[in-house]
Amino acid sequence: MTAAADKPHLSREHLLDLLRQMIRIRRFEDKCAELYTQEKIRGFLHLYDGEEAVAVGVIPVLEKRDRIVATYREHGQALVRGVPMTTVMAEMYGKQEGCSRGRGGSMHLFDAATNFHGGNAIVGGGLPLAIGLALADHMQGNNLVIACFFGEGAVAEGEFHESMNLAALWGLPVLFVCENNLYAMGTALALSESETDIQRKAACYRIAAEVVDGMDVVAVEAAARRAVHAVRESHKPYFLECRTYRLRAHSMFDPQLYRDKAEVEARRQKEPIVRLQGWLQANNMLHPDDVPRIEAEVDAEIAAAVTFAEAGTWEPIEQLTRFTYADSAVPAGR
Amino acid sequence: MTYREAVRQALRDAIKRDERVFLMGEDVGRYGGCYAVSHGLLAEFGPERIRDTPLSESGFTGAGIGSAMAGMRPIVELMTVNFSLLALDQILNTAATVRHMSGNQFGVPLVIRMATGAGRQLAAQHSHSLEGWYAHIPGIKVLAPGTLEDARGMLWTALQDPDPVLIFENVMLYNMTGKLAADAGPVDIDKAAIRRIGRDISLITYGGSLWKTLEAASALAAEGIEAEVIDLRSLRPLDDATITASVTKTRRAVIVDEGWRSGSLAAEVGMRIVEQAFWSLDAPIGRVCSEEVPIPYPRHLEIAAIPQSPKIVAAAKSALGRS
Repeated sequence: MTAAADKPHLSREHLLDLLRQMIRIRRFEDKCAELYTQEKIRGFLHLYDGEEAVAVGVIPVLEKRDRIVATYREHGQALVRGVPMTTVMAEMYGKQEGCSRGRGGSMHLFDAATNFHGGNAIVGGGLPLAIGLALADHMQGNNLVIACFFGEGAVAEGEFHESMNLAALWGLPVLFVCENNLYAMGTALALSESETDIQRKAACYRIAAEVVDGMDVVAVEAAARRAVHAVRESHKPYFLECRTYRLRAHSMFDPQLYRDKAEVEARRQKEPIVRLQGWLQANNMLHPDDVPRIEAEVDAEIAAAVTFAEAGTWEPIEQLTRFTYADSAVPAGR
Repeated sequence: MTYREAVRQALRDAIKRDERVFLMGEDVGRYGGCYAVSHGLLAEFGPERIRDTPLSESGFTGAGIGSAMAGMRPIVELMTVNFSLLALDQILNTAATVRHMSGNQFGVPLVIRMATGAGRQLAAQHSHSLEGWYAHIPGIKVLAPGTLEDARGMLWTALQDPDPVLIFENVMLYNMTGKLAADAGPVDIDKAAIRRIGRDISLITYGGSLWKTLEAASALAAEGIEAEVIDLRSLRPLDDATITASVTKTRRAVIVDEGWRSGSLAAEVGMRIVEQAFWSLDAPIGRVCSEEVPIPYPRHLEIAAIPQSPKIVAAAKSALGRS
């Protein structure tokens, strides 16, 4: 890859695509929230509202053969990665046409076809898994990049530190993407970390780090290009901290007693879709019909996904225990 | 040959046979393994395949899971079962769940080995027998090799399994010596074995307690009681058929398990006998388990805390109405 290829393409077409991908996530999740109130979607539902620029900035920079490990707030990552919206929505419904056969739900989207290694609902639990995927790559010599998403809350977990150390010690191609949205559920960063400048922790493990405004999709993409390039070339880990903000509640059960409405409102004014749209307008790159067209296209896709999920079927109870173990377990003695 | 050497031979064989196999854990390389199981393997296979790890049980167990998902066949050594508790998140929340949770898109063909059991005066934090706990978890398989043949043969079969397999090696067995056939190879990992045939009572056990139970069976034979000794070998899945057939024949059962009595594997086995062979029983089922106490350091107290042959003999005689 040349240095020029590492730079973002600021063409109108590319910027509109970034905008479209963010709008696609936003409107998909707005529909999910609506379906949640209708009890079509149950369990925990963690929305990405405000953080879309991270997934949209990072994931398209990866190659198809690369692997992704995500958290329980992973609808955006799955959609940008190319997991079909139909199967994601069916998964939210718990239908067997879902991307995890309906067994996982919102927090456990998996898709082998796109090397999407799942939503992990144990904070920090995905990091050791990413180390293992990278270790396999190291031993197999495939020159992959393993992108591992996690929130700043995970930084307090031992598994974060174990994983950072292992990645650096063994020289593994992991791109650590910290989505710092300032709150670990309801606990503000300053209440959970003695060092709130998260990226500084990477230096302790001799891992190169960069901080980026996670509300600016163009900046995230530029940083991701540098980061992915560095991992691919050096076979070493890289730490990208994306400073972002979660505009909605942690989950649908969260009354948000821990922050002011004014704080959220102020952030709403600077959220990534507003930001990019405003920038495009200011630079005369947005035609009046662009956003309505994108919204109409996305809404049609969402409607089709809902239709797909509604038409989906429930896994027969007779199959309840299937895939606890592989169907084709090797016969004894072999 | 010792049990330790049998495990080592199994490791060597597996690493030679399959280029995807590697061993990873604390002190498996330069130190030669906490219990000297992997001694010499680093020189033979190099640091990529005999991989020393930092003291990061969760981290390197997760690394085993991830590399298994991506096509490798890792063997993770967790040194001892007490340290495995630091990796419990990865074992239970990831290894055991991924296949089901992902709708069969990803599997975890991982083998985790660890030492278990008391008897070396290592006190309350280094003497657990938690294999019964692990046997509670759907999505993993749990093995307890009690013989040289199984120490040698279970590993390869476990590595062929598409799902995570935990192998518990009792610390008191590592120095056990015996003969192993030159062509000893893979063994099945889903059947119990009858280690002694008898007609009067079934003594059901596994792992380190197997030899204490066989000793008890010899003592019982001297008194004219013919005990059948079942070595469970696999704690998950349990081989119900072998257990039920034996108890149906002998009509009496005592279960010997080094785990603590409450909520023990022995409780599970006993309940299965009740469910499947209740009408065959001539006496209440007996249990010999560890006492409900953290394992103490002094020798005499440690001996008293865990199953011993005299207790097994007494429990068997009690089930037979003899004193």
